[in-house]
Order: sequence, then C-alpha cells, then structure tokens
Amino acid sequence: MMKIIQNIGIALFIVALVIFAILPFSGSFKLDKTSFDTLIENHGIKSEIFKKNLEANIVGKEFAGYQAIAPIVQESINKANSVHVKNKEWSKKIYTSSDDLATAIRKKSGYGFIPENKGLMWFLTFGLGIIGALLFIVPQVVTLGPKGIKNDHIYHQSSTNKGWIAWLVFFFLVSFYLILYFKSEYAINWTYLVDPISKSLSGNPAGQWFVYGFMYCVVMTVMAIRMYIKYRHNKYQVLRTTSVLFFQIVFAFLIPEIMVRLQLSYSKGYDFKNAFPLDYDFFFSWNLKELLSSGGLGLFILVWGIVLTLVIVPVMVYFFGKRWYCSWVCGCGGLAETLGDPYRQHSSKSLFSWKVERWLIHSVLLFALVMTGFTLYGFFAETSTVFGIKVQSIMTTYSFLIGAVFAGVIGTGFYPIFGNRVWCRFGCPLAAYLGFVQRFKSRFRITTNGGQCISCGNCSTYCEQGIDVRAYAQKGENIVRSSCVGCGVCSAVCPRGVLKLENGPIAGRINPTEVLLGNDVNLMKFVNKK
Amino acid sequence: MEHIVIIGNGISGVTAARHIRKKSNKKITIVSAETDYFFSRTALMYVFMGHMTFEHTQPYEKWFWKKNRIDLVNGKVETVDTAKKKIDLANGDPIKYDKLIIATGSKPNKFGWPGQDLLGVQGLYSKQDLDQLEANAPDNKTCKRAVIVGGGLIGIEMAEMLRSRKIPVTFLVRETSFWNGVLPAGESALINEHILDHHIDLRLATNLVEILADENGRAKAVTTDKGDTIECSVVGLTAGVSPNIDFLKNSGIEIGRGVKVNRYLETNIDDIFAIGDCAEQHESIGQRRPIEAVWYTGRMMGETLAQTICGTKTEYKPGHWFNSAKFLDIEYQTYGWVFSERYKKDNEAHFHWRDDKENICITVAFDKETKQFLGINTFGIRMRHEIFDRWLSEKRSVSEVMEYLKDANFDPEFYTQYEDKIISKYNLDYGTTIRPKKKSWKRIFKNTKA
Ligand SMILES: Cc1cc2nc3c(=O)[nH]c(=O)nc-3n(C[C@H](O)[C@H](O)[C@H](O)COP(=O)(O)OP(=O)(O)OC[C@H]3O[C@@H](n4cnc5c(N)ncnc54)[C@H](O)[C@@H]3O)c2cc1C
Ligand code: SF4
Repeated sequence: MMKIIQNIGIALFIVALVIFAILPFSGSFKLDKTSFDTLIENHGIKSEIFKKNLEANIVGKEFAGYQAIAPIVQESINKANSVHVKNKEWSKKIYTSSDDLATAIRKKSGYGFIPENKGLMWFLTFGLGIIGALLFIVPQVVTLGPKGIKNDHIYHQSSTNKGWIAWLVFFFLVSFYLILYFKSEYAINWTYLVDPISKSLSGNPAGQWFVYGFMYCVVMTVMAIRMYIKYRHNKYQVLRTTSVLFFQIVFAFLIPEIMVRLQLSYSKGYDFKNAFPLDYDFFFSWNLKELLSSGGLGLFILVWGIVLTLVIVPVMVYFFGKRWYCSWVCGCGGLAETLGDPYRQHSSKSLFSWKVERWLIHSVLLFALVMTGFTLYGFFAETSTVFGIKVQSIMTTYSFLIGAVFAGVIGTGFYPIFGNRVWCRFGCPLAAYLGFVQRFKSRFRITTNGGQCISCGNCSTYCEQGIDVRAYAQKGENIVRSSCVGCGVCSAVCPRGVLKLENGPIAGRINPTEVLLGNDVNLMKFVNKK
Repeated sequence: MEHIVIIGNGISGVTAARHIRKKSNKKITIVSAETDYFFSRTALMYVFMGHMTFEHTQPYEKWFWKKNRIDLVNGKVETVDTAKKKIDLANGDPIKYDKLIIATGSKPNKFGWPGQDLLGVQGLYSKQDLDQLEANAPDNKTCKRAVIVGGGLIGIEMAEMLRSRKIPVTFLVRETSFWNGVLPAGESALINEHILDHHIDLRLATNLVEILADENGRAKAVTTDKGDTIECSVVGLTAGVSPNIDFLKNSGIEIGRGVKVNRYLETNIDDIFAIGDCAEQHESIGQRRPIEAVWYTGRMMGETLAQTICGTKTEYKPGHWFNSAKFLDIEYQTYGWVFSERYKKDNEAHFHWRDDKENICITVAFDKETKQFLGINTFGIRMRHEIFDRWLSEKRSVSEVMEYLKDANFDPEFYTQYEDKIISKYNLDYGTTIRPKKKSWKRIFKNTKA
C-alpha cells in the first residue's frame, strides 16, 4: 500500500520534473515595437546604431523557446560598440550584457500557452512536484519503521550511492545552475509560473532570481519534512531544521521581497542574516553608494552588516560554535542540510582532502578580503583602478569564479557526488572566518565519551564536512575542528553514545589522549602526561 | 633491531603495534589471514545494512601503515616454533621474531549440533562471514527465512541485519528472556518487547536440536526442543565465541580455553604474549571474567602490553568495567557492575525505572547494607563515562548518584530529560526526599586531565 503511494509520488514528481526541464526550450516570443522602446529606455541605452540594428533583427520576429536571443543582441552590441569606441563616444557604449538584455526581451515578449496559463503551469511543475515528493516522503513515517537511525540501504541505492540516479540529479542541478547564472534567457518560462506569487509579494513580475528564491524555499520545506521524519527521535535535528527553514523563508525570501514592495529608501531587498564575507558584494562601491544614499535604513543596514560580521558572528561562535550560523541560520547550510542530507556520506575523509580543504577555503577568504580591500580603497579614493588593477575586474572574477561557479554550480550541483557541503567545506569565506574563531576561541566542542568508541566509523561516514570524527573518538579525544558545522549527525548515528555536541568551559576542551578512560589510571597518567 | 611480530590485525594487535611505534623504533610486523588492513569488526553489520561500505570500517588510511613502519603480512600462521623463535605461514616464508604477540581473537562457537556444517549455516565474526552472508541472504527471495541460534549481542545484530532486507527471522534463545544472564529482568523484558516490535519471531527458552539438509546439502529447516520444525534458508549460529587458538595446540604455549597469561600478559614462554579475545587470565581480575571478548579489553591490553615491550614492565590493571551495545533502536550503556538476577550477589540491590511511553529504562545497583553505588545500566539514555568512572572510584552512595544524576547525562542537547522522573520514582521506592541538583560544568570538569 505504502509502496504504491510512493510509486505514484515518484511518477508525479517525474512528470513535474520533465515539464520543468522542457520549459526553458518551449514557448514562443515576439517583441513588439512599444515594448522594445520601453526596454531600451529602461536600460538607459543611448546608442542609435544598436537600437536600429537590434530592432531590425528582433522586433516583430517570432522566436521559439529554444532559439537563443543573446547572440543576436551580442552582434548588435559588437557592431554598435566598435563604432562608439572608434569615435570615443563613451556615453553611447553599451555595458549591459547581452544575456541580461536577452532575458529582458524574452520576459517582455513571451506569449501563448505558458504565460497565459501561469496557474496551471505552476501546478504542473511546482504543484505536482511538491505533491509527488510528499507522496514519496510522508509514507516513510510508516515504511522506515520505529523511530531511530534509518540509514539502511544508503549504500545499496543508486540515488545515494553515486549510481545513475545520482548522476542524473547531478546533471539536473548543474544544468539548472548554469541556466540561472549564465543563460538566464532560458529561465524566462519559469519566471512566468511564479509571476503571480512575486506580484503578490513585491508587486513586481518575477525574474530568474525570484524563481531561484522561491524554489529554494519550496525544496527546503519539502526536504525538511523528510528530515523531520527521518530524525523524529532526535530533537536537536528537529529544532535545527526548523531554524534553518525559518531563516530561509523569512529572512532570505520574504523580508527582502516585502522591503521591495514597501518601496523603502533602500530599493533592493536585504537579507539581514547574510553576513560578509559570504555576502561578498556588501562592500562593493555600488552597494555602499546605495546604502549611504538611502537615509536611515541604508545607514542601519550598513552598521548592522558591519556589526554582524565583526561582533555578533564571532561572539556567537565563542558561545555556541559556528554551528549557530552554519547549520541553524545560513541559507547555503540550510539547503545542504535538507536537500543535501541524502548525500552527506560522500564527503571525502582522506587526509589529502583535508589538505586541499585548508588551502582552498583559506585562499577564498584571502581572495574575498583582498578584493574587499580593493573595493573599499577604490570607494574612498574614488578611483576605479588600484595598483594598476581594475577593481571591477577583480569583482567580476570573484563573482564569476566564487559566487557563481563555486558556490552555485559546484557547491550545489555536486551534492550527489562530492557530498552536500562542498561549498561550505572548500569555499565559503565566512566559514573559514568562523572556523578560526571556533578552533581557537570557542566553548564549543564535540565531547568524546571516555573509552566507549568501537571505531565503527558511522560518525566519519556521515560527517558532511569530511571530518574523520572516528580518528579522534577512538583516541578518546574531543573534536574541536574548525570545519565542524555542528550538524549533530555524528552524535545521532553513533551506536554507542560516544559523541555529544556541547558548549562548556574552555578548560578541558582540548584533551589529547593516548590511553583511554577505562584502563589503569596510573598508566593513563603516565602515557597521557607529556 | 628487535623484531616484534604480532599475529592478528584486530583491535588488540593493532593497538599494541601503534603504541610500540610511538615508544620505539623496533621493527613491527603484523600477520593476519583475514584482511589486508585492520577493520572494525563491530561495524560488519553496518556494511550489510548499507550504512557504510567495507572501506569505511577501516580506521586508518593505507599510508598510515607505511608512515608508521608497520609491516603488514597477509598470511595464515600454521605453527609457532618457540625454540627457533619463528612462525610458519601456510604460504610464504617463515618469519623470525624476537618477541611474539598472539592476538588472534575468537571464532564462533559450534556445539556439535547435527547439520552445523551444512551450506547456509554460518556464524558472524569475520569479513569472510560477512561475504558469506551476502551470498546466503542477498534478499528475501533467495532467503525465505533465517533462523538465528543464540540470544547474545551478535545474534540480535544478525537479526537486525537480516530484517533490513525484509527477511523473516526466527530467533531461538535458550534463556527464558533475552540476555537475562547479563541483564536484570526489567531490562531484558524491554528488549524482548522491542525485538517483537521489529517483527522478529522471538522464541524464548527454545534450543536448537538439529539442522536439516535438502538434497544439495543446504540447510532447509531446523528442529527445536519444543518439537517445532522451522523451514529456513539460512541458519545463523551466534551462541557466543571462543578463542581462536587451535594452531597453538602443540606449540608448548600453555592454553586453557584461551592462551593463558599472567597479569603482565606474558605466556609461559619467554617473549611470547597474548592479548585481546584470545587471552585467558590465570585468575580473574576483580569481577571480570578470565576471558573478555570485548573490544575495549583488547584495546586496553594492547595499550598496556606496548609499555612492557618497550621496557616499562606494566601490569594489566583495567579500571572500572564499562560496556555498551545497541539492541535494534535501543542504545545500552553500562558502568560498574549490575548483575542479572542469576548472578547477583546477596548484597546487591537494584533500583529500576522504566518510562511509561518511551523505550527508556535504567537500573542502578547498590549495596544493600552500605548503600554504596555499584553500577548502572541505561537503555535509551546516554551517560557520561568520566562521571561514572569517577563516582565509582569515589565509592559514592546511591543517593549521591541520584542527586547528581543530571551531571552524568550525555544525551544530545534538547533531548527530554528523565532525571526528575527517575528520582521521584527512587524517592517513592525508598522513602527518601532527594532533590536533583542542576547540572554543573564545574563538577563535571573537576579533576579532568587538562
Ligand atoms: C559482529 C560483532 C560485533 C561486535 N560488537 C562489539 C561491540 O559492540 N562492543 C564490543 O566491545 N565488542 C564487540 N565485538 C567483539 C569485538 O569485536 C572483539 O572483542 C574484538 O574484535 C577482538 O579483537 P582482537 O584484536 O582480540 O581479535 P580479532 O579482532 O578477532 O582479530 C584477530 C585477527 O587474527 C586473525 N588470526 C587468527 N588466527 C590467525 C592465524 N593463525 N594466522 C593469521 N591470522 C590469524 C584473525 O583472522 C583476525 O583477523 C563484536 C564482535 C563481532 C563479531
Ligand atoms: S560512530 Fe561512535 S562508536 Fe562509531 S566510530 Fe564514531 S564515535 Fe566511535
């Protein structure tokens, strides 16, 4: 019976997924003259050459969903810019990217079934997807049996053991991110589905980032239900999941949208929990300019952002470890802990990976700090080049390499293959910063319970951060690693009750041992002294 | 350079090797016939259930052995030549040693049941047993039912493993209640219920009589002393283990049930030592048994023997007894001694509490006369090893233990706390008025190492 319900769920989910996957390449687009003119005006484009050229190529022409518009726009940009550059008409040069323009063109020009049946299309994608996933997940209350640790068959199933399903998920996630970041014109049909929701929140039609934000919340909610069922015996997991879900939906999604709706002085939405340097563009000059020109609210956000990073974050890490942020508040962490939970076992535990991790994550932190140094200097010195380097090009490089490729495509796309915390472990500059505080000045530790460890390896296997927890536990040593995000799963899966996450006095937090509790006390003293 | 040869790459042999390396530059060779690398035997079940791969059960990466200059030889030791100080392998050259450590572990007991060597009949001890089970019971089509004989820790693990593949399991237990030679009645009852909750056909007070074969020499059914015939495809023999030392029979090394050792873990022959499951103490240490087939004992013996080998002659002096296990979903921990009704001494009184909803209970043993705390068993509550170790050393009274019980709780944060309930039951049982003290970090960290 339960099996049937679950299979129906899978079927519905696949239908939804297929429709969702076809959408980018379907539908029809035809831009009329008036829309074209508003569009050109909205983007502040002053080049007549561009306008003429593009108008001839686009307006009144029919485009199918799979036909790319960006190359056509790019051609017009090239033509126009070559002339303007030659004539040194800098004010006419076009800086807007062809992708952004193509995306805007599509948004304005879509017609036919999809934009005319937004509700229905939403139901066929998001709706069916949610229903299907829940039909698959909720029966687990019964099928998983009595409450307890439920990791049976993780290494027997294709989906969780890097089999073909995992590779398919990988392919989907990576493609999704590639479209989102680099080929956003193809995301337009998706935006139609959530236009009504976006309008009701911010008053604006949806862009691709709204699709992403909305989908993020939906995916997290559905997968949080899975967490609630899987860990229903474990209150730590239940509370933690509720917390990340709350911060994602309210802070990352709703508040920014509502800020836009209220048309506050600070025109963009702001995610109050997103701390620098994860929020890497906080100190970019365009953001600082906007903040400083937005009166009280802008100033408040500026001060809040600085206090958050310099005071709140480290003080909280001192008391609770970096988990308060990484696995209770953070959005990236939130997705990793919900959507990513089935893949946590894939993080590599080798010493080699640990070395790579330390090099990479600290390089990214350095990169973020140096870049911020440059942007701040550029901002205060009112210059666009520092030491002969264009500040803009550093920012672009970071946004592309770290912000999009690392955090997005690799960070999430690679869940099914490299585990769910690829970004948090190898890339996140904020995690690197919190890690320093956690390692050297924090009350948080995972206490190892005397000599009870049987070296079974469950803790290490299920550590999403690739920490070889067992290496410490089997020596009776507490775990105080900087990368630990305090998800609590090692403690949950340990069959011998060896591990406990706790915040306690600094004395005794780090306790190197060789001979474990339970043996001769004199021997323990003799060997463990040093 | 002195050559230390260790037979057996289990926890005891490997712990000894690691500690010898820490303290010395001696040449170290570990010989084992089971696997190339040390793995955690206790985790075999998780491999079968798909929680882990076999690689995950190996606590050290391959570079570890090279870096620490511990030579690994995969081979079966046939004989020990104590006169020439060498061991002979089934295939491969003999290895000469200066000191020899026997750490060969255990093997499953077989009590001469008719049919015990049929196809489909197996124990669960080694990696080979795991592979065998994978072949015998890949799914519930190949294995229509399994019968497990022997109600101990390995038996219940095997039942859980088979249930994870939805294979019907019949569990024959000699005792009238699960593991009641070790567990007090209340706890044993809780586990009985839990076994049934997991749809395991538990048959208490039932003994195996015979295993019947089909025409291919495979087990097809078992008969019991209750007169039942139970059809099955797999029979798991889990009626305890005994030392794996048959190859030593004519070596001149003194053996009883295990390799006889003194408190320095020395055998009767110079430069030969035995540790872990296969070692048998001439005299029991405290209330411990002469052979202790548990992980922790092997590890402690390895830690201790390494000191002796490296020149600091050290007596094996284990501290307070502790142990842990997991019965399906219920975790069990024990500190100090809590004996079952069968082995309980006259002076040992028990306080027992069981929650009315959850699968949680504890039993506290104390001396009737002096009220000294003797030990605690907990089911579904984790306790802090250090605290109980200290309380046992300090010979605390049972009422003190109750009063400060919150200090000892080791459950994850936000878990429901049961101390208040426990203590009010205690007060009710003994007419006391103990008020539980709030958890105090200061007390918890008093006299810690750092
Ligand atoms: C399924 C299972 C679950 C368990 N769970 C727990 C638990 O939860 N808690 C606990 O405390 N204990 C548990 N135990 C017991 C624990 O695993 C053993 O006490 C421990 O592994 C013994 O370690 P050892 O080093 O003495 O021997 P072993 O681990 O048995 O190692 C001995 C090695 O020597 C090899 N060997 C033997 N003879 C020869 C020879 N002639 N030549 C070459 N090699 C040889 C063997 O093949 C073996 O690899 C469990 C045991 C099993 C089987
Ligand atoms: S899960 Fe527990 S018993 Fe197993 S290795 Fe980790 S700490 Fe040790």
